[in-house]
Amino acid sequence: MDPVLENLDLFWGGFVRSLGIVLWAFAGSMVLGTALAVCRVSPVPVLRAVGTGYVAVVRNTPLTVVLFLFAFGIPALQVNASFYVFGVAGLVVYTAAFVCEAIRSGINAVAPGQAEAARAIGLTFGQTLTQVVLPQAVRTVVPPLGNVQIAMVKNSAVVGAFGVGGELFSVATRLTSAQGEPRLPVYLGVAAFFLLITLPAGALLARTEQRLAVAR
Amino acid sequence: MGTTAAEQPLVVARGVVKRFGDHAALKGVDLTVHRGEVVVVIGPSGSGKSTLCRTLNRLETVDGGTIEIDGQPLPAEGRELARLRADVGMVFQSFNLFAHKTVLENVTLGPVKVRRQPRAKAEQRARELLDRVGVGSQAEKLPAQLSGGQQQRVAIARALAMDPKVMLFDEPTSALDPEMINEVLDVMTGLAKDGMTMVVVTHEMGFARRAADRVVFMADGEVAEVAEPEAFFTAPSSRRAQDFLSKLLTH
Ligand SMILES: Nc1ncnc2c1ncn2[C@@H]1O[C@H](COP(=O)(O)OP(=O)(O)OP(=O)(O)O)[C@@H](O)[C@H]1O
Ligand SMILES: [Mg+2]
Repeated sequence: MDPVLENLDLFWGGFVRSLGIVLWAFAGSMVLGTALAVCRVSPVPVLRAVGTGYVAVVRNTPLTVVLFLFAFGIPALQVNASFYVFGVAGLVVYTAAFVCEAIRSGINAVAPGQAEAARAIGLTFGQTLTQVVLPQAVRTVVPPLGNVQIAMVKNSAVVGAFGVGGELFSVATRLTSAQGEPRLPVYLGVAAFFLLITLPAGALLARTEQRLAVAR
Repeated sequence: MGTTAAEQPLVVARGVVKRFGDHAALKGVDLTVHRGEVVVVIGPSGSGKSTLCRTLNRLETVDGGTIEIDGQPLPAEGRELARLRADVGMVFQSFNLFAHKTVLENVTLGPVKVRRQPRAKAEQRARELLDRVGVGSQAEKLPAQLSGGQQQRVAIARALAMDPKVMLFDEPTSALDPEMINEVLDVMTGLAKDGMTMVVVTHEMGFARRAADRVVFMADGEVAEVAEPEAFFTAPSSRRAQDFLSKLLTH
């Protein structure tokens, strides 16, 4: 494992940058995915169509294609930003479709009478969601949402492969190609650092599920 | 015309049509409910009673006809509709108490979020209402910890907390064990006596006789007969009502 230990500071820098991508993508995809789920259950047909169309298109497009479009398609439209921003944006757009579906299935699992009773006392659509439906949907939403986000962490490595620079995947490329380090230990190192994100995330998820189950 | 607000009917439905696919659940229903009046809707299963009830606060959209509540046409969607619904209380067959909120929170949610009442005031009033329907001691419990009869009385308190102009009841006792039916009917009879305007879909003929000012008999998506309870139960004029009542007696 010498190549890893000798370059620990490089790996650590890559880890921090990868963690940054993951955190931005997490926050962004939660916001966008929730907004899309709200669209999908909204009483406005246009919003429903937007939500449904988005999910249908994005969920059925390979992540690499989405990232290609962001990395090379959008700059072609004279929009300038760093690869980092495009990479994160691509990951957000892709992950949001799955977040949307997880939240929507949770909303659908709440008995329809709950929303009807909320509307019957005069709550608006937004109040019905935030006061009555979403709090009850959380329990069913957490496990699938957790799985979506852990998949996102792993997908973030693909973002790295697009040359964001500085994150774990780029560190590996630099060590193996430019400095000629042996591949196996370097990529084992990369895997270990990803586990440093996914394992705690998985443990956190399991604990949250447990707490919600007890609170029932 | 010189009609004062007090004489104007509270609920006016004209020619209401509702279709589910090719099936017409309501085929042009007229219904007028005056202030303080208790209208009981009865009829065989599938005749459109629930659908009528649900169109009155637009939980169900309509395909034809008009509905006015207190002189105002029902708004189609959005905030206006929400405001109107706050004035129309609804009690469901399956109670539909908010499962994640305590009994007290169930009753205060509407007053706090819709009427913008201060929480302390809403809670005080909620406790009064819960006492009135006889579940004051259950205020801190979750709905699942209550019996069906208690849950339904909480649901009535939740609707009353909005100070509705009219209350709709869709078979409020049909999901209850027999020994709990009367505790709910007693609360409803009390409301009727206090002058609440009510539309009640029910199979409880005793309640209809006791509390109704008028009986609306529905069959096959239409109002087949409207009569005072005594006249209706002793000498129904429509064929379908006669059939319906004779079947009830033989069962
Ligand atoms: N959401 C729906 N989708 C499709 N058909 C419906 C729906 N709701 C009601 N119907 C149909 O409309 C008709 C009237 O139904 P409704 O529930 O109003 O009858 P009801 O008089 O309340 O009967 P019950 O005494 O069984 O409650 C029935 O034929 C029913 O199958
Ligand atoms: Mg019904």
